[in-house]
Amino acid sequence: MSGAGNREQVFPTRMTLGLMKGKLKGAQQGHSLLKRKSEALTQRFRDITQRIDDAKKKMGRVMQIAAFSLAEVQYATGDNIGYQVQESVQKARFQVKTKQENVSGVYLPTFESHINEEINDFKFTGLGRGGQQVQKAKTVYTRAVETLVELASLQTAFIILDEVIKVTNRRVNAIEHVIIPRTENTISYINSELDELDREEFYRLKKVQEKKQEAAAAAELEEKEAKEQRAAEALALSESQDTSKPHSEEQIQKEVEKLDLKAHEEGDADILQENEDDVIF
Amino acid sequence: MSSSTETMSKRSLIATIADEDSVTGLLLAGVGQVSNEPGKESNFLTVIPEKTTVEQIETAFDTFTSERDDIAILLINQHLADLIRYKVDNYTNAFPAILEIPSKDHPYDPSKDSILKKVRRLFGE
Repeated sequence: MSGAGNREQVFPTRMTLGLMKGKLKGAQQGHSLLKRKSEALTQRFRDITQRIDDAKKKMGRVMQIAAFSLAEVQYATGDNIGYQVQESVQKARFQVKTKQENVSGVYLPTFESHINEEINDFKFTGLGRGGQQVQKAKTVYTRAVETLVELASLQTAFIILDEVIKVTNRRVNAIEHVIIPRTENTISYINSELDELDREEFYRLKKVQEKKQEAAAAAELEEKEAKEQRAAEALALSESQDTSKPHSEEQIQKEVEKLDLKAHEEGDADILQENEDDVIF
Repeated sequence: MSSSTETMSKRSLIATIADEDSVTGLLLAGVGQVSNEPGKESNFLTVIPEKTTVEQIETAFDTFTSERDDIAILLINQHLADLIRYKVDNYTNAFPAILEIPSKDHPYDPSKDSILKKVRRLFGE
């Protein structure tokens, strides 16, 4: 994992997260596919290198035999056979045809020897002497060239496979070490950013709720206070009525006392009066 | 891919850069082609010691590898490839394929072959 800074420049939204997840999945799939391709190619490659090694050794032997048969020709014909041969060349009898072979999506060319029997540029070579040796040298060299063609097709396959394996491995490594970590980083970045947003949202909701509760409590308190006030006011009103009563009672008492006093006086007088009345009687 | 297939199917000849004996042998096998077409006079170069210069070999190598489009395989004697080794080693194209062959006087040395060198480098030897 490389640093957290290694990520794509994206907006941390849910849609981008979905995109990134899809991308990661695709990258992983592509990685496994490419890896398998690379393995198949490498297997083929090792097979080919082994065969090249063998073919090169075989070529050494075949060319030795061919050179020996040519020496025989030179001995038998005596004169300058090389010059004679070079002068009589007209058209290629020995040609190659290319075919393609598909190895896990890679086209490997293979050469096939193709001998056109109608063409014979050396009809008169060795006519005087050593015709048999010339014929023998021809067959030996034909076989040698066939071996060479085989080797050449192996070698071409080797070069192409080498290149393709390099490219494939480069891609595999790029996906494994660059694209996948970067996508993962981007996903974790988006996730953390979304979490952060979630937390913010949650906190805000909580804050709003708290405010609402506070407001509700304040309103309740106010109401209560108002109620209490009202109650207090009512009480105060009733109390004020109460205080007026005792006041009046006092007054009443006083009046009563006064009345009593008066009554006493009057009673006295009454008694006197009664007495008087009695007296009268 | 189709364009490469086209260019590939045109390639049917085997070119040779070799000493006289090897050329004679290969011509006997029938690889030689001589025509009047300019630039395609012959598909083989006979290297005569002390007479053929390295420049001539280089020119022939360039002609066979880059200029002519009908050569599928280029056979070159290993001791001649040694003379233009930097060219042979830097040659990375698949077509035409370059094959180093031994000559009568110079036995084959696998350690000098540019392809076998690559093989050994790949396997870390």
